[in-house]
Amino acid sequence: MLGKTAGSLYWMARYLERSENNARLIEAGFRIALTRSNSAQAEWRSVLVTAGSDWRFRQAHGDYHSARVVDFLLRDPANPSSILSVVKQARDNARTARTYLTREVWEAVNTSWMTLSALLKRQVREDDLPDVLSAIRQQSAQVRGAWTGTMLRNDGYNFAQLGTFLERADNTARILDVKYFLLLPSVAHIGGSIDNVQWETILRSVSAHRAYRWLYGTEISALKIAEFLILYKQMPRSLAFCCDKMQENLDWLQRGYGEETEAGRMAIAICTDRLSRPIQSIFDGGLHEYITDFLRANAALARQVERDYRFVE
Amino acid sequence: MERTGSISFFDEMQGQGGDVRAPYQDFCEWFDAEEPARIHRKAQQAEAFFRTTGITFAVYGQDEADERLIPFDVVPRIISASEWRRLSRGIEQRVRALNAFLHDIYHRQEILRAGRVPTDLIARNEAFLPMMMGMDPPGGVYTHISGIDIVRTGANEFYVLEDNARTPSGVSYMLENRETMLQMFPELFAKVPVREVSDYPINLLRSLSACAPPACQGTPTVAVLTPGIHNSAYFEHSFLADQMGAELVEGHDLRVVGGRVAMRTTQGYKPIDVLYRRVDDDFLDPLNFRPDSVLGVPGIWDVYRAGGITIANAPGTGIADDKALYSYMPDIIEFYTGEKALLPNVPTWRCSDPDHLKEVLDRLPELVVKEVHGSGGYGMLVGPAASRKEIAAFRKKLEGNPGNYIAQPTLSLSTVPIFTRSGLAPRHVDLRPFVLMSPAGITITPGGLTRVAMTKGSLVVNSSQGGGTKDTWVLED
Repeated sequence: MLGKTAGSLYWMARYLERSENNARLIEAGFRIALTRSNSAQAEWRSVLVTAGSDWRFRQAHGDYHSARVVDFLLRDPANPSSILSVVKQARDNARTARTYLTREVWEAVNTSWMTLSALLKRQVREDDLPDVLSAIRQQSAQVRGAWTGTMLRNDGYNFAQLGTFLERADNTARILDVKYFLLLPSVAHIGGSIDNVQWETILRSVSAHRAYRWLYGTEISALKIAEFLILYKQMPRSLAFCCDKMQENLDWLQRGYGEETEAGRMAIAICTDRLSRPIQSIFDGGLHEYITDFLRANAALARQVERDYRFVE
Repeated sequence: MERTGSISFFDEMQGQGGDVRAPYQDFCEWFDAEEPARIHRKAQQAEAFFRTTGITFAVYGQDEADERLIPFDVVPRIISASEWRRLSRGIEQRVRALNAFLHDIYHRQEILRAGRVPTDLIARNEAFLPMMMGMDPPGGVYTHISGIDIVRTGANEFYVLEDNARTPSGVSYMLENRETMLQMFPELFAKVPVREVSDYPINLLRSLSACAPPACQGTPTVAVLTPGIHNSAYFEHSFLADQMGAELVEGHDLRVVGGRVAMRTTQGYKPIDVLYRRVDDDFLDPLNFRPDSVLGVPGIWDVYRAGGITIANAPGTGIADDKALYSYMPDIIEFYTGEKALLPNVPTWRCSDPDHLKEVLDRLPELVVKEVHGSGGYGMLVGPAASRKEIAAFRKKLEGNPGNYIAQPTLSLSTVPIFTRSGLAPRHVDLRPFVLMSPAGITITPGGLTRVAMTKGSLVVNSSQGGGTKDTWVLED
């Protein structure tokens, strides 16, 4: 397959994942803004930082006013990470890789773009926001459904999976990066519980607040939350789950092509060095340092995938 | 000639105002028994289908996000078996002549020596590619794919309006229109015996593969070269690549490696044998042609010369579909085939000729004037439909550069009804059959693309000017 096509599949998947993640972040932020107006500003700021858009937002706007932040994150063409920009880029990449997509996947991506660009044509009113966010989630579920149901499990599939999980790991790590201070022992003082709303927000932003309760019951501790998001392999947005998937897909590629790659080695290193240790040892070494290191390793892996498989010249 | 609308046109369904013509009888029987509301609903479904499939095109100069649909009309254009036999013989003759002409022009130039075509017309033509002199394209084929635009003015009157020997587009619409009709009205195809068009992609692949270059080993690797997703015909490029199972490449996917043009795959560079390029000659090779082009492949020309790749259509074919040359086609056909042209040309004035120019200027309000190198209906004057002001402005342009124009009478193009809210209404149509050529012979897909002017009285069928399309049926014998 063409290197460019591999790259387009990879980026299509990354952008689709990003749109879903950003919708989830907006949803969590919006909830806080509604229920705790005094922490709204700080919460919107951390949403923007997580989405990697804070500096761009501050260039154009003064304070973190809810409606402005939401509009910026949803549909501002000047924001390359706005949902509208990201869905457009996903569709452009899908068009470039059109010959490798099944009709079902292409139509799902195209329909998603048509639906969302119509929904986001005008500024979304606050009372319409839940509907719009749910439409974004639905569109993304439809693409994923078509993808899982109809695509051949070949190299193209592997590249798109790599895009999905590199993006997802990046997102989960960024959420932890922005919120890590909430999980530090000094805040959640020993034996005490951390701020209920805050931990719920973290879990909501990865759609896992209910899964957490099923798993850990009423026990809410910084250690458990971090363990859940970093090491718990059955949780589809945890770092461990994502890295397993990356390694698996790189494995298929290396076997299919009969060629070992640097990216393959790097993925193994991330899994063994960073994700095969108890949570306590991560806390002992410093959660913040750990997350920073993970983000760096994840980004390096992404670059290596592009190089090894010749996405660009 | 009279103004559009005030004279009677030949309607392909109703003839000159009488009973339903034979090819349309089965269809009309079906249509009369249908609820108009149902057909209307189906037509709307068709539009939604085109949108989700992404069968859209970008109009240059408009907002990039503004992808438009080409309007699709549900009433098919129907051609009888005997009409098609006649048309296809004429088309085949014409394509053979075009190919022989190209070979001659780039070799001994017998036709110029015989004085049948003026030397100036070739030598000073931008579409003439001196670098092709003496080159033998693999398989001897220049025009692998061509589209011959045909108009009809009466029961037995067909004319060739234009030859498209560079990169004719529209074949994806021919195929998708049929798919859409099959999905919407399957029962209709059980009732009316219509010839298939769906084997076009496999014929295209066979045809291209049969022209593999000397350097090819084993099964030829075919790729489609597109300018990219922002090109107005991108849908067609990806559609054809997909249907053929060929890679869809852009200039930056290709480079010359070890004397071959190769594409960058996830496992390194892999040679291409046949390149179906949908970019113009000028953009093919920045080293040998336009240096500012990023659409092509530096050095592809040298590989081509050395027999390392087949380029389809061959570089330099533009000289054969030049509008100034068009008026010589009857001579060209006779010169190479020894036969009279089976399909006549539309009478054409060459404005480079002072006598012709004078007559054209005198009769401007009744003529159609086209740019010699133009396409897509841009930069043309349709006299009867133009205002005095437009005609005056065009007169200035024409006087300023007469060699750039040809003129033709405004033809009374035949009509075929379209489906409107208030029932069937006649609209003007033309036809572009698609022709494949390989060393094994010529294949013409029965029918082609029917373009239809959606506006009442309009004679401009180009999609860039709001024209639509119809499914085209050639009936079985």
